[in-house]
Amino acid sequence: MADEVVLLDLYVSMYGMRVRLALAEKGVKYEYKEEDLRTKSQLLLQMNPVHKKIPVLIHNGKPICESLIIVQYIDEVWKDKAPLLPSDPYQRAQARFWADFIDKKLYDAGKKICTTKGEEQEAGKKEFIEILKVLEGELGDKPYFMGERFGFLDIALITFYSWFHAYETLGNFSIEAECPKLISWAKRCMQKESVSKSLADPKKVYEFLVVMYGL
Amino acid sequence: MAKSDVKLIGAWPSPFVLRAQIALNLKSVEYEFLEEALGSKSELLLKSNPVHKKMPVLLHHDKPICESLIIVEYIQEVWASSGPSILPSDPYERAIARFWAAYVDEKWFPAMKGILGAQDDEARKAAVAQVAEGLALLEEAFQKISKGKSFFGGDHIGYLDIAFGGFLGWLRVIEGMGGIKLLNETETPGLLKWADDFAAHPAVKDVLPDTEKLAEFSKVVIAKLRAAAAAPAK
Repeated sequence: MADEVVLLDLYVSMYGMRVRLALAEKGVKYEYKEEDLRTKSQLLLQMNPVHKKIPVLIHNGKPICESLIIVQYIDEVWKDKAPLLPSDPYQRAQARFWADFIDKKLYDAGKKICTTKGEEQEAGKKEFIEILKVLEGELGDKPYFMGERFGFLDIALITFYSWFHAYETLGNFSIEAECPKLISWAKRCMQKESVSKSLADPKKVYEFLVVMYGL
Repeated sequence: MAKSDVKLIGAWPSPFVLRAQIALNLKSVEYEFLEEALGSKSELLLKSNPVHKKMPVLLHHDKPICESLIIVEYIQEVWASSGPSILPSDPYERAIARFWAAYVDEKWFPAMKGILGAQDDEARKAAVAQVAEGLALLEEAFQKISKGKSFFGGDHIGYLDIAFGGFLGWLRVIEGMGGIKLLNETETPGLLKWADDFAAHPAVKDVLPDTEKLAEFSKVVIAKLRAAAAAPAK
């Protein structure tokens, strides 16, 4: 029986991109459905009644929600190709820890940059850079976060790269100037077809934010 | 394995620390419990979890693992051959367990804190309503996931039992405080029975904090939460 895979998503969502990226890494064919967050589809409300959010992966009719949970699910189901999580339990715990760190901190700091001005925006920029510097420290001199192979933690973070142009423009600062090693890593990731195919066009992200926040 | 190979930095009232203890007990892992003095953070904690400075921290051969649910998955993976599996073997069921555990942490727990930190009756009522709403969702999830068995994990305690069950002591404290039955026969019959089964489980009963002791301690927590709510944001 052929697998039926549907993804409810939003083109500019860095969380949705993580799922697209995981599916691309595994070579999984799926149907993409773009949601309009102002008028959520019946399908979305039915498949994610608790949070009513994208992304939602629907596999043979059954929904899986929350981007990092979806990525782990994809890794476990399509386990014969491109493993995303390392096999060592300690390394896995580290990958999960840092992905959780990204989810707890990065979006909110970025949002401050987009939606505030003056002192508050400066505070947001400072926080944002601090978070990226911690992550840069974790990366060290490795090509990817867990070592030689692109994986879970790279997926968790690289999708935010498509929002950097928007953050830089709205915050009037250069992320590369502050975190050159992280930007090298990002460019390295972008050389992978799965990544360049799955990330949104940074200009479209910027346009989206301008409309969403009425900037 | 020597007892000193596995250490857990924690404190008895913490629902997050409790999760790690239950998981270790389920796997029959001997460990040294390094009790943090309440109100201060040890050098070891700060060194082992410099990012969040929070407990629990599991130290395995002196390597730190942080975040309670990540610790629980780690324990399952390292001691996989000991005792029943903490996570379901089916990927979809695993995703569901992880989903509800994340829900407990991100939505339900803040509502619980909301009850403790409520400045007045109106705020408390609103927070109680939110907690009750969450329990209704968890009851529905329990009915679907347990498939008539005692636990979310079926016959055995699993990841979601641990994630949610960590809060059982606090749930009972809050019920006592307000004279409300958040778990009751009408609205949450499944969870009502589950709570008793969970509390009585050998891996849980010796580490679940005594409700009265926790109620006494809750006065400290309430004072802190109220002070934080009253103080201007940084």
